[in-house]
Amino acid sequence: MRTDITVVFLFFFVMVTVLGFIAARWRRGDLDRLDEWGLAGRRFGTVVTWFLLGGDLYTAYTFVAVPALVYGAGAIGFFAVPYTLLAFPIAFIVFPRLWSVSHRHGYITAADFVSGRFGSRSLALAVAVTGILATMPYIALQLVGIEVVIAGMGFSASTGLTADLPLIIAFVILAAYTYNSGLRAPALIALVKDVLIYVTVIAAVIVIPLHLGGYAAIFGRIPAGKLLLAPPQGNNFGASTAYATLAFGSALALFLYPHAITGLLSASSRDVIRRNMALLPAYSLALAMIAALGFMAAAAGVAAKPAYAPYFARYGPNFAVPALFLDQFPGWFVGVAFAAIAIGALVPAAIMSIAAANLFTRNIYRDLFHRSLGGAAEATAAKRVSLVIKVGALAFIILLPSQYAIELQLLGGVWIIQTLPAIIIGVFTPWFRGRALTLGWLTGMAAGTGMVASLHFQSSTYPLHLAGFIVPGYAALYSLILNLIVATATTLVMNGLNLPRAVDQTAPGDYR
Amino acid sequence: MKTDPRVRRGRIIAGLLYLFIAAVALWVPFYNRVEPSLFGIPFFYWFQTVWILAAAAATGIAYRLGV
Repeated sequence: MRTDITVVFLFFFVMVTVLGFIAARWRRGDLDRLDEWGLAGRRFGTVVTWFLLGGDLYTAYTFVAVPALVYGAGAIGFFAVPYTLLAFPIAFIVFPRLWSVSHRHGYITAADFVSGRFGSRSLALAVAVTGILATMPYIALQLVGIEVVIAGMGFSASTGLTADLPLIIAFVILAAYTYNSGLRAPALIALVKDVLIYVTVIAAVIVIPLHLGGYAAIFGRIPAGKLLLAPPQGNNFGASTAYATLAFGSALALFLYPHAITGLLSASSRDVIRRNMALLPAYSLALAMIAALGFMAAAAGVAAKPAYAPYFARYGPNFAVPALFLDQFPGWFVGVAFAAIAIGALVPAAIMSIAAANLFTRNIYRDLFHRSLGGAAEATAAKRVSLVIKVGALAFIILLPSQYAIELQLLGGVWIIQTLPAIIIGVFTPWFRGRALTLGWLTGMAAGTGMVASLHFQSSTYPLHLAGFIVPGYAALYSLILNLIVATATTLVMNGLNLPRAVDQTAPGDYR
Repeated sequence: MKTDPRVRRGRIIAGLLYLFIAAVALWVPFYNRVEPSLFGIPFFYWFQTVWILAAAAATGIAYRLGV
């Protein structure tokens, strides 16, 4: 165990724990109501929303996995940059409308909106189930982020329950303050997390190149095959279409995730969301720098150093960034950086569990089993569900190989995009029929899962054969196209048959 | 309900700006190159990073236009 790192790390960890509990009294509201516990009373202004969404979308797993991909695979890992670059303009156009209609009608989840807009319980259920399925492995992956930094501090040299103990303690604390304070806890903690992240990233992109002889020397040590994307060869478009479709598909999917929607709906006005879409790209700049850490780790040759070899054997490229920090920074600053990653896991894990709990309570438990659920009973149910979700994620990571969580999260992106026609197109037009959207969703889910399964769950880049060409592209985008075709065709058929339409409970004015 | 012509003009400007930003961000052959490099950073990396600022500016303009 490295004492210097651990002491600094524990200092910040204790600090955010205290903040997590104090948060219950911040902008005090009646936490026995679901919109107070699960959306913090929809009262967050521009600054808090900026920290909350930044803390929510740029997760610890991002900080570990994006540079790990750059470290292992090179240029393709940089797709995270055009991805987040495109996500905010899309959100700027779409999500102020979702905020307004949700505010008007008291919607807490995307499934609430879909239910009101299309009057289809099966569609609302589909949206809720998809959200929960996509979120669960994502929470589990946050634990992978905590796991690698705990290992980096010199714990978990042993295996078994003692090795997992720090992780279990961290998660029990997280579960306790989320239960107690709801969305206010991650919002307050996000302030600390983001400051630590920015400090770490800025220090890293200045100090590490000084050690390694400058950026030219760093990029000079990267093999040509990893420095750029493989150009098209013959009839195969190669990495170019994979890169572009991964970026575009991920950008479309980002704000469909329940934790993103929960963050957006907690804003105090639609203008707060609009302003934030111009301000949030600051995190994308940090992300570009974080991605570059992958090349720095490769240039520093961390994997070849015997001290880190056992960790690389256990965690693979995910250990690249922790190893780089251990290699390049003094112990106390490694503590700061590791705290940034671990707290960076707690914030999204809390918001994700709240978002999934909201979905389960509102759109599965209440809609299917308990129509009269409301008030304090509803809030209590959601709090308990958030506990179950976190225990489930913890058990998943401890009992199963983390590879499963990674593969499921890959699928999660393919699944969540299937709710795009109902949510993103739904805020602009009620043209699609509820049943048609459900059928499209089913098609997209099956096709997307099939594509990823045909790649043995190792990749979501599907080599589409089209008119003699091979177009490798993101399976989410390909399956979304099928989804849209089916939803459109079914709607046209239903219109042609003059089948009765369900009542749209929203009016055009509700979206402004 | 009729849309204010100024808002409509703003929407067209912001929409065209967004299309341009997105087209460049997704047109891989344009930036998949090493030169011109900047401080030893290949074009591929520094250009996309700078393009983040372009996208943020476009959203800022859209916000100002009251879109």
